[in-house]
Amino acid sequence: MGILTKKHWQRRHLMEAFIKFIMRVSLFIVTGALGLILWIVVVRGLPALSWDMVTKIPEGGYYMGKGGGILNAIIGSLYLAAGGTFLAMLFSVPIAMYLKTYLGDSKWGHYVRLSLDVLWGIPSIVYGAFGFTLMIALGIRASLLAGIIVLALIELPIMTRAMDEVIRRMPVDLEHAALALGSTKFEVALRVVTRQMLPGITTAILLGFGRGIGDAASVLFTAGYTDRIPTSLMRPTASLPLAVFFQLGSPYPEVQQRGYAAALILTIIVLAVSLGSRWLSARLNKYTIK
Amino acid sequence: MSQLTPTFSNQSNKKTEGRGDRPSVTLRTRQDHLARRTFFIVTLLPVLLILIVTIALFIRSWPILNAYPLSDLLFGNVWKPTNGQFGFLPFILGTFWVSTVGIILAVPPCLLTSIYLAEYAHTKTRSIAKPVLDLLAAIPPVVYGVWGLLAIVPFVDKVLAPLSDRWLGAVSTGLNTSVSIFRVNQPTGFGILAAGIVLAVMIAPLIISVMYEIFSTVPNDLRHASLAVGATQWQTIRNIVLPQVAPGILAAIVLGASRALGETIAVLMVVGNIPQVPTSIFDSAYPLPALIANNYGEMMSIPLYDAALLSAALVLLIVILIFNILSMLVIQRMLRRKWAS
Repeated sequence: MGILTKKHWQRRHLMEAFIKFIMRVSLFIVTGALGLILWIVVVRGLPALSWDMVTKIPEGGYYMGKGGGILNAIIGSLYLAAGGTFLAMLFSVPIAMYLKTYLGDSKWGHYVRLSLDVLWGIPSIVYGAFGFTLMIALGIRASLLAGIIVLALIELPIMTRAMDEVIRRMPVDLEHAALALGSTKFEVALRVVTRQMLPGITTAILLGFGRGIGDAASVLFTAGYTDRIPTSLMRPTASLPLAVFFQLGSPYPEVQQRGYAAALILTIIVLAVSLGSRWLSARLNKYTIK
Repeated sequence: MSQLTPTFSNQSNKKTEGRGDRPSVTLRTRQDHLARRTFFIVTLLPVLLILIVTIALFIRSWPILNAYPLSDLLFGNVWKPTNGQFGFLPFILGTFWVSTVGIILAVPPCLLTSIYLAEYAHTKTRSIAKPVLDLLAAIPPVVYGVWGLLAIVPFVDKVLAPLSDRWLGAVSTGLNTSVSIFRVNQPTGFGILAAGIVLAVMIAPLIISVMYEIFSTVPNDLRHASLAVGATQWQTIRNIVLPQVAPGILAAIVLGASRALGETIAVLMVVGNIPQVPTSIFDSAYPLPALIANNYGEMMSIPLYDAALLSAALVLLIVILIFNILSMLVIQRMLRRKWAS
């Protein structure tokens, strides 16, 4: 018996070991890609990184290798992402509340979630093109405001779905208890759901911010580029992704070096935001009822 | 009872005093109705936004759709806006090649990784892999582009192209162009393969996380039943789990493809941007998003140019919408099964 089944037994177990091995290799390749990307960006960006880079705006002849920094792009990107996130918040919080308190898991709830997921999948270049048509229709030029509006559109589905995923886990008993005491659905949304949603909101803000600050294709159309720090919403503004992109396109090696440094700055901001959101949501999740 | 009653009334008295006059029930109901209506209107926004974006792009691209038959635009391969020739074929094929190479490279490791994370890995491995994948997803496209430029393009140029030239190129000349997709025509490293590799890494986190979710919809009882009759874990996965999740896996791949189709900056930086019909994965290509991003500056100066670029965006949007809606319907359906069980 043992001898008869032995061959069969060995082959499928060999297969098991082999599959397990190539799975581990795949996992290693995929996670290793992160390490590789960070390694390259740090190694190439760090030598060109200097205090001037983050504290000065471009001086005359900056794009030919003269002095200055990319403070304009750093500040511009922070303005753009913060503005876009704030604007998206104004819409995503009510939508997430409506999904939870009024729609729930109904058919319409599914439609709204589906359309949010579909919006999430629309590429930023299409949002950029749409923003461009919007700007022509409204008669505004490439500006901080236009950039903020388009980034808000891009961030809206991400933020709403992030809140929705968190608030979905709220026990239905909580809602029932509040309703049984005679509160209206709006009061449930305002007093119960909001508090339970807090970790979701912070995660969503940081997720949206991280996505907004890294997006290049949409601001290319809508926010323009300038060497100055914007003083009003109607002025064009520089942004970090475009600072990387334009400087890499330069024929001067010094300027290209600064492009790598700008990429490093952008990566540091994005990773800090991403890790921060993880840490914050873990902390805040302690205070919600599950 | 007699002890409780006075304290109770006492408390409620205090409360009414402290709060002042509470809003009446009518007022609160009216407030609720108003809130419901406001929330409803705000919630319509994402649903309507899809339509608004599509219609706005359609209106802006109407002049060119009106001036040329659609088949000329989609299948014409001459792109000379100054002569009034707008053939999108090289760009459509460029998008197709780049995305296909990206998907082919991404799917096997992603599938294996997600199976490993869902079926084999310890909780500890999972708790390390998840944040790493999240970070990978958080990296901005332009940084992927920098990585592609600094690492992938030289790698393709110095390693993959000579390898392919020595092994596959010799075969292809021998067989007379039957495997010409591996021939090295422009030895620069910039091209479809470099863009495909960058794209594969970019879409991997999304594909893995969707596949992982899909695997977790399979009830554990099925696995236990299979393991109990003596099947190995891989036999269980291949014969029991995979058939259950096959549509979801396909949907995850389609979703990944839709991301790949629209990726702009990272691809633009490594693909070479030469408007030609590609014949080999080492050729340069010029995908639609790169076309739009590269030429937005001068599009108002040549007649019909802006309409042409926005119709490119429209084509891209429609294809991506179809891909997205189909895959999302399948994925949501499978995930709902999990909630139901």
